[in-house]
Amino acid sequence: MIDPYNNKEGVADIVINNGVISQVIIKNKIKSLTRKFNSSNNIVEIDAKGFHVFPGLIDMHTHLREPGYEYKETISTGTLAAIKGGFTSVCCMANTNPVNDNPEVTYYILAKAKEEGSCDVYPIGAITKGLKGEELSEMVMLREAGCVAFSDDGMPVMNPLIMRRALEYSKAVGAPIISHCEDLCLSENGVMNEGKLSFYLGLKGIPKASEEIMVSRDVILSRHFKATIHIAHVSTKGSVEIIKRAKEEGVSVTAETCPHYFTLTEDAVSGYNTDAKVNPPLRTNEDKEAIIEALKEGIIDVIATDHAPHHIDEKKVPFNEALNGISGLETAFALSLRLVHENILTLKQLIEKLTVNPSKILKIGKDGIREGSESDLIVVDIKKEWIVDKNKFVSLGKNTPFDGWKLKGKVIFAFKGKKFFDLREE
Amino acid sequence: MKDLVGIKELSRESIEEILNTAKAFKEVLGRDIKKVPTLRGKTAINLFFEPSTRTRTSFELAEKRLSLDVLNFSISMSSVVKGETLYDTLKTIEAYNVDYIVIRHSSSGAAKFVAENTNASVINAGDGTNEHPTQALLDAFSILEVKGRLDGLKISIVGDIIHSRVARSNLYLLSNFDTEIRFVGPPTLLPEDAQANVKIFYDLREGLKDADVVMLLRIQFERQNAAFIPSLKEYFHVWGVKKEIFSYLKDDAIIMHPGPMNRGVEISTEVADSSRSIILKQVTNGIATRMAVIYLLKPKGGIVDL
Repeated sequence: MIDPYNNKEGVADIVINNGVISQVIIKNKIKSLTRKFNSSNNIVEIDAKGFHVFPGLIDMHTHLREPGYEYKETISTGTLAAIKGGFTSVCCMANTNPVNDNPEVTYYILAKAKEEGSCDVYPIGAITKGLKGEELSEMVMLREAGCVAFSDDGMPVMNPLIMRRALEYSKAVGAPIISHCEDLCLSENGVMNEGKLSFYLGLKGIPKASEEIMVSRDVILSRHFKATIHIAHVSTKGSVEIIKRAKEEGVSVTAETCPHYFTLTEDAVSGYNTDAKVNPPLRTNEDKEAIIEALKEGIIDVIATDHAPHHIDEKKVPFNEALNGISGLETAFALSLRLVHENILTLKQLIEKLTVNPSKILKIGKDGIREGSESDLIVVDIKKEWIVDKNKFVSLGKNTPFDGWKLKGKVIFAFKGKKFFDLREE
Repeated sequence: MKDLVGIKELSRESIEEILNTAKAFKEVLGRDIKKVPTLRGKTAINLFFEPSTRTRTSFELAEKRLSLDVLNFSISMSSVVKGETLYDTLKTIEAYNVDYIVIRHSSSGAAKFVAENTNASVINAGDGTNEHPTQALLDAFSILEVKGRLDGLKISIVGDIIHSRVARSNLYLLSNFDTEIRFVGPPTLLPEDAQANVKIFYDLREGLKDADVVMLLRIQFERQNAAFIPSLKEYFHVWGVKKEIFSYLKDDAIIMHPGPMNRGVEISTEVADSSRSIILKQVTNGIATRMAVIYLLKPKGGIVDL
């Protein structure tokens, strides 16, 4: 068991009683169960010898698409895909239809999640009404309804004055602002990273400057107006450098990246592969290396999926017309484990970025594997090799550039409250 | 080879094969009866999602001279306005059992997309800012006709390189030969970083010094609105090719333009009408080159059975 919330590591017996962890017994070495139970029909004993137990992973950047785009994904399918990927909590972005910019939408999402969801769902409210970047949404009321953060993700808040106001106002809301950093003037109509390859493919590029200018702007606003900002999906070396400097200067900034930015480069779009079309775009090797280094140094706090499922018809079109996004929930953890298998991160460091760090940023009060807490944990065979098959995705979004990849690490059981998932394949 | 999606996919050998075949067809076009029965009974469709008169006409003429049955499917009568996807349009056309599809589309990679989804032979007649392979082939054919060789030539391409599929296809074609390639124009319209074998010039005189071939590109009027250039007038002043520039070129240098040209923007009237201009020769050679391409492609065959 590795539990970064309580800073506990070791071989353990964990007793879960009716959805609540009733006992955690840490032992020095693997022995049979310390406590023996009377065999009764209501007790299931799982021998997890050789496997790892972690607190349930948190994805702080998910698109569940409901309401409005149920043909891409639903709360039901998205949360089950999350469980399959080891995520017992997801934070769903506000770019639904209608946009999650009023409490009714938040209530709807939470009610649906309660009814049909497999994991915890934490809605993220819109910073501005309709994601238009013009008027602030009613953040306090959204917070009260259950939103844990605010973001116009998918769209940047272009007007720096509106972003200033949002940051200032968020201090009274008690929930962070998550910024999708993109200068739309610079990225206009771009479909991939700008550079040699975009010229070669004849595709319009998105310069790195488009992201970095906004990261700079947002940390400057955060510094001057003493507010907390979280930078979503960092994709460039330049952004890493800006965030590093801001952190050194004491700015209240945190950052996330996604598996595709530390696994792939722009080369993945060669051949006009629309499954590798994502925003921000896949960048160059230099950026990928910088992001890996930033994860190692702790400059990037969180790994999030930016799970962005789309219907096949939205990807089976010429590259320019394809929608941005990767269906990431079911591959994110195994892709992240590559960093551990390659000795770049320790297992504990990785799990922190997928559990305690997002929990702290979002203040959602997860407390790990401890007695008295609701069961929220996963059992993982980190050495299990498997081949990604998009057709086996639970998610309705089959849009992955990792189809056919051989990955190592599979979630075999998940416990979420009274729910128990056996994810072993027959 | 089933398709001609881009020059990128071609080897020097296949380029030379096309150019040699074009030579034979050019001879046919010089006869009194300009039609050959080669592809009688086969069907070609010109699928144009972007307006084009000259490229479509050139293809249509090439197809007719090969005795193909020709259908024109253009934007005005297309289903795009009705919301049909390219895939569905393609499947509909495939159900007609056509053998050749000539496609022009505003999206880069569209020709490849079409080629991958049909058994017909697909010829890219321009996809977004990606490639316009038959233009590069006819340009190469025209240069060969005048110069007798491609190897050893200095070729300057002037103008809006970043938005030009013609520039790209020419770059990829000429890179197969021992050529010196230069991109010349305002920094806003040149790639910051192209291929290693390309030299970049902002100064027209430097960029054209000792050139054997000058290829001009059309400057789109809308570029001045998007701040690529301050005005067409300034463009002509700085990068427009005027007669004075001739003294910098090789004595036997030629001027080329894929058309349609803007006199007084990228080219002066004196240059366009000068003896160095081979612009009209390019137009004629376009037919022979396109005949050669269609002739050499092999559709997968197989009737679509519904």
